[in-house]
Amino acid sequence: MSPAHAAALALGDDALILSHRLGEWAGRAPVLEEEVALANIALDLLGQARALLSLVGDEDELAYLRDERAFRNVQLVEQPCEDFAATVARQLLFSTYQHALYGQLAGADGPFTPLAAKAVKETAYHRDHAEQWTLRLGDGTAESHERMRRAVEGLWRFTGELFQPVEGLPEIDWQALRATWTERVTDVLERATLAVPTGPQSAAWAAGAGRQGVHTEPFGRMLAEMQHLHRSHPGATW
Amino acid sequence: MSTTDWPLWEVFVRSRRGLAHTHAGSLHAPDAELALRNARDLYTRRSEGVSLWVVPSAAITASSPDEKDPFFGPAADKAYRHPTFYEIPEGVRHL
Amino acid sequence: MTAAAPETVETRDAPALEAAFEAAVAADERIEPRDWMPDAYRATLVRQMAQHAHSEIIGMQPEANWITRAPSLRRKAILMAKVQDEAGHGLYLYSAAETLGVGRDELLDKLHSGRQKYSSIFNYPTLTWADVGAIGWLVDGAAITNQVPLCRCSYGPYARAMVRVCKEESFHQRQGYELLLALSRGTGAQHAMAQDAVDRWWWPSLMMFGPPDDASAHSAQSMAWKIKRHSNDELRQRFVDICVPQAESLGLTLPDPCLRWNEERGHYDFGPIDWDEFHQVLRGNGPCNEQRLARRRKAHEDGAWVREAALAYAAKHTGAEPEEAAK
Repeated sequence: MSPAHAAALALGDDALILSHRLGEWAGRAPVLEEEVALANIALDLLGQARALLSLVGDEDELAYLRDERAFRNVQLVEQPCEDFAATVARQLLFSTYQHALYGQLAGADGPFTPLAAKAVKETAYHRDHAEQWTLRLGDGTAESHERMRRAVEGLWRFTGELFQPVEGLPEIDWQALRATWTERVTDVLERATLAVPTGPQSAAWAAGAGRQGVHTEPFGRMLAEMQHLHRSHPGATW
Repeated sequence: MSTTDWPLWEVFVRSRRGLAHTHAGSLHAPDAELALRNARDLYTRRSEGVSLWVVPSAAITASSPDEKDPFFGPAADKAYRHPTFYEIPEGVRHL
Repeated sequence: MTAAAPETVETRDAPALEAAFEAAVAADERIEPRDWMPDAYRATLVRQMAQHAHSEIIGMQPEANWITRAPSLRRKAILMAKVQDEAGHGLYLYSAAETLGVGRDELLDKLHSGRQKYSSIFNYPTLTWADVGAIGWLVDGAAITNQVPLCRCSYGPYARAMVRVCKEESFHQRQGYELLLALSRGTGAQHAMAQDAVDRWWWPSLMMFGPPDDASAHSAQSMAWKIKRHSNDELRQRFVDICVPQAESLGLTLPDPCLRWNEERGHYDFGPIDWDEFHQVLRGNGPCNEQRLARRRKAHEDGAWVREAALAYAAKHTGAEPEEAAK
């Protein structure tokens, strides 16, 4: 696989899997207005995923016929996040990353520039949405503060992987990306009266993580659900 | 209103530049910032707008249907306010 | 305008007000929120708009059931957008109901406690992917047949909400039809899946138009008030007439041996509807009544802390960062 394809796969899988996780909220959001908001974000991400996967091959073959170990998304996006606070925390951590990454890609001259120019606008809104909710949950009630604190701490150990250089993206300055991300996340957390976690940002395991095709236990279950219908009818068109 | 009921906001959408904002509907939000974002998500997801206003519904003072006659009746017999009231000879142009 | 509950009017006598109301309805004028209206008209509207809004919200569930299993990314995007629209339509309709002075929370309480109904059609399960198509084609098709005349309903806010809903809903039915067409023309297993779904959804869809005219409790008054424009049986017939040729183009069979063209009537005749099933499902004995309501209640209860947090935050911060003035 060419480096550009590898990069498209990594970014495409990120968007595909997070979109799927957000789609799980349909009918379960804390308020109706938020149903609409979460679906908008999920649809933006699904659009990004389809554009990126199509650069590599057939989008459906890639989404439905790869096994778990062939997915290259970061582990952060595959976390179940059934508590709304966890979903907000994940959105904050991931959309800040995506926005900074697409910002750099949009400014560079590479194969992803046109796609990034669109995605950077979308992710700016995702970041804003996550920020608004982080502020309200962090600085809302004692209960919401506690849920938000636990959520950010629980996901913190998946954030180190975001800055692992992705093959095929030579235009990205990963150190600058990390600095931007840390600054922005810190700013929002502080305004939300939440402490920036001090724990490790990745697990101590030589096997690696999502970018190496090593995922967390809930991911296999998620893929089983996502892929089973497509795989039950080999060769069918939908 | 229960303790978790968010206030109601009226949403006005400018559908494109050059047009005025028009009333699109309402929604619930805890504050103005989220009201704007909810309005964006709900009322412009099919590219219906380029600008939004949100106003707390409670801040609107409306005329009462009771006042319909005193408020709006008197305007009805002032036909001279409309250009069609005036007869201009045929052939006169640019008027 | 959603503002303000109606005022009590003491200066004008009731008969004169009622006459003015009747005259406005007769002249096809719209009734607006602050106009005087008979209590029964108001109650009928609140009941109908609430029930309609509840149906949109509960109606998200059977389709959301398939979002995570949609068999292609294109179908997944379409389904997510559709379920999202249903949340949006629920919001438009709750807003319309709120113009009559009832809060959304109050209406949701009534839904959650079973005091207000939603359309019985959503008490049926979505067992296969083809059910998503059958819902789009038949259920949304029936809903559109019901809803298009509501765009001319005598109550302004309801009519305006319905204009928006109908405009957005036009893609819902088409995507369902297209989905079924792909299955019908697909593998043998896919075709069978589509036929099975149509077999299960056809009769419940016909029930969506409500009881026959001679047994419909609210119909006559609603027609007189121009809340409703056509009778249940009229709309049901219109729907059957539309569906028969569509089913032929799909290559699927409608599960009714009595279905045949009646030259004399200029309509399709169809077999008897099982009204016993209809009433049982309405009373709570459908396959999914409990499940749908339990899930809705849980979403609402699980979200309570979020709604409280946002209010608490607003109380602390309102005025701190004023939005830019309107321009």
